[in-house]
Amino acid sequence: MSVGAADWLPAATVMASGRPVLSAGEIERHLLPLVDLEPEENPRLAPLRGCLLVLTSHRLVFLHEASLSARALPLASIIHTYPPHRRHNHSPLRSLFSSSSSSSSSHHPRIRIQISLPLSRSEVVAVVVTCKADVDVFYGRLLEVIRTRAWEATASAAPASGAPVAEGAAPAEEDLAIRMPVVGVAGILRKEQETWESAGQNLQDAFQDLNALMSKAKEMMELAEKMRQKLLTNSSAQSNSNDEEMGSKQDLQDLLLSVGIVSPVTKETAGALYHQQLSRQLADFVRVPVERAGGMMALVDVYCLFNRARGTELISPEDLLQACSLWEKFDVPVMLRKFDSGVKVIQTKTHSDDEVFARISSLAQKPDALLKGISPSDAAFTLGIAPALAKEHLLNAENKGLLCRDVSPDGFRFYINLFNEIDLQNIHLPKTHGLYHTWISVATAAH
Amino acid sequence: MQRTVDFKLPHFFNYPPYFTLQPVRETREKQVQLWKELILDYCRSQKMYIISLEEDFPLFSNPKIERSLSYEAKEVFLAALVSEGRAEWIDKNHKKCLVLWLRIQDWANYILDFVKENGLEVTTIEDIRSGIETHGTELAGIDRGVLMRALRLLEQKGKAVIFKGSSADDEGVKFSV
Repeated sequence: MSVGAADWLPAATVMASGRPVLSAGEIERHLLPLVDLEPEENPRLAPLRGCLLVLTSHRLVFLHEASLSARALPLASIIHTYPPHRRHNHSPLRSLFSSSSSSSSSHHPRIRIQISLPLSRSEVVAVVVTCKADVDVFYGRLLEVIRTRAWEATASAAPASGAPVAEGAAPAEEDLAIRMPVVGVAGILRKEQETWESAGQNLQDAFQDLNALMSKAKEMMELAEKMRQKLLTNSSAQSNSNDEEMGSKQDLQDLLLSVGIVSPVTKETAGALYHQQLSRQLADFVRVPVERAGGMMALVDVYCLFNRARGTELISPEDLLQACSLWEKFDVPVMLRKFDSGVKVIQTKTHSDDEVFARISSLAQKPDALLKGISPSDAAFTLGIAPALAKEHLLNAENKGLLCRDVSPDGFRFYINLFNEIDLQNIHLPKTHGLYHTWISVATAAH
Repeated sequence: MQRTVDFKLPHFFNYPPYFTLQPVRETREKQVQLWKELILDYCRSQKMYIISLEEDFPLFSNPKIERSLSYEAKEVFLAALVSEGRAEWIDKNHKKCLVLWLRIQDWANYILDFVKENGLEVTTIEDIRSGIETHGTELAGIDRGVLMRALRLLEQKGKAVIFKGSSADDEGVKFSV
């Protein structure tokens, strides 16, 4: 079932990986699988069933994963939220008054929300959680997000407005604190209470600073993105600048590009859906760097890059591996590949080994390479990839019979495979054409 | 052991991967074949019968490109000759190898032709190995063991009779051509 019927909510865009597209400054806060949305009063509004509910700082996104479609309920339109409750069977009065339409999900906890829809008066809808998730945690997050009003901060683009909660709450408590003389056990308790409260206050102040820092960080990221865009346009405009300059520009671009996943999937927000969502976010993230690296990247490199982009919410190598292995189940443009040697890489699905083989083959046929062979670092330099990866490519090419190896005190080198070029009937016969002939002429000139 | 000048090494002798045992099956098969051919050619031209894995053998290293075969590689190449009947291990530990650049059957035929050509119906083993007529033929300096096996093969076929000669270590052969 798609979400198309629920046209009373605005549609939300979804990436091919099955992750919602977040707007600037929007941060994912919590995820709940298998959620229904039921209008409680107005039967003309179609309900949503079996959606992944993504709570962001701006919206409630109801994502239907099978059809990759989604509807969003802007948090700005929420007038009031009611605490979650369960309709217990032992309460006959409740079941008597329960609406007939929701009988199927009557045992599941519901969070009723009063919203104001455009072109209509306010409606009451219920978020029905049909999975065994902790609804109270979700409700707490929801209240927190609504109180923070991050959508207003983005709309007005005012810095440091991310923490109105603390500002509003803190002074009130200070007014209430009446100084009492410190006497007896009660006095000690009071004293203890005061220290405790002031510690709490300090903490809140500290978090306020942190929030200010966070919103600044967001600006920094926007700045970085702007700079990158500018660099991109510059480098295409003056393509005749020298290599070194291009190289440093490239480095800078790499740096800027890796600044940031604004809303990293965390265990805290995603809960049981953690690996699945992480997998989707990773697929979105690695596509660009992998394509730029020539269609393949070592898993270790991806790990570093991904964690650097996440900044604080670092993931473990096991999480990364698990996220990669989940790709088989989704339709994403990247895949995990394991070489015979055990080295794991991420490559785009369009990546073809033949192209790499062609480049290695032409590299190995250069006069210098005919004579001295190529090392993994030579190949890495020419192909513009990591040496460990280059070695995998060379070993792969060897397996295909394209290259053969030379192990000597000088190291491990690869040569173009001449064995098949040599005539077994007459081993002394130098061919008058072909690869062996070319090699002989180069070799005799050198020795 | 000195490599004599009249053996021309093939070009691929200077190809470094030739000295590394190739791990990929197809490539290795080809490499092994090239080594078999070269070893047989070389032994024939140098009249060498015994290759010892633990002693220097001119073919097994190329100072020009600073490459030499590993022990394992030598073993693989010789074992390949053995499995084709072109060589035999002469000790249990597979350290020494008798190279048959002509198979025993071929040796027998060669001896028969040689005897016919030179009219040597009755001769001695020593004469076959180092007689005047032998000079310049494949038989010059033939390994005694190889020669005896070829002669015994002829004896089985009724083409020759080996008999005791005048001295203890000399035996005579009578061919029935």
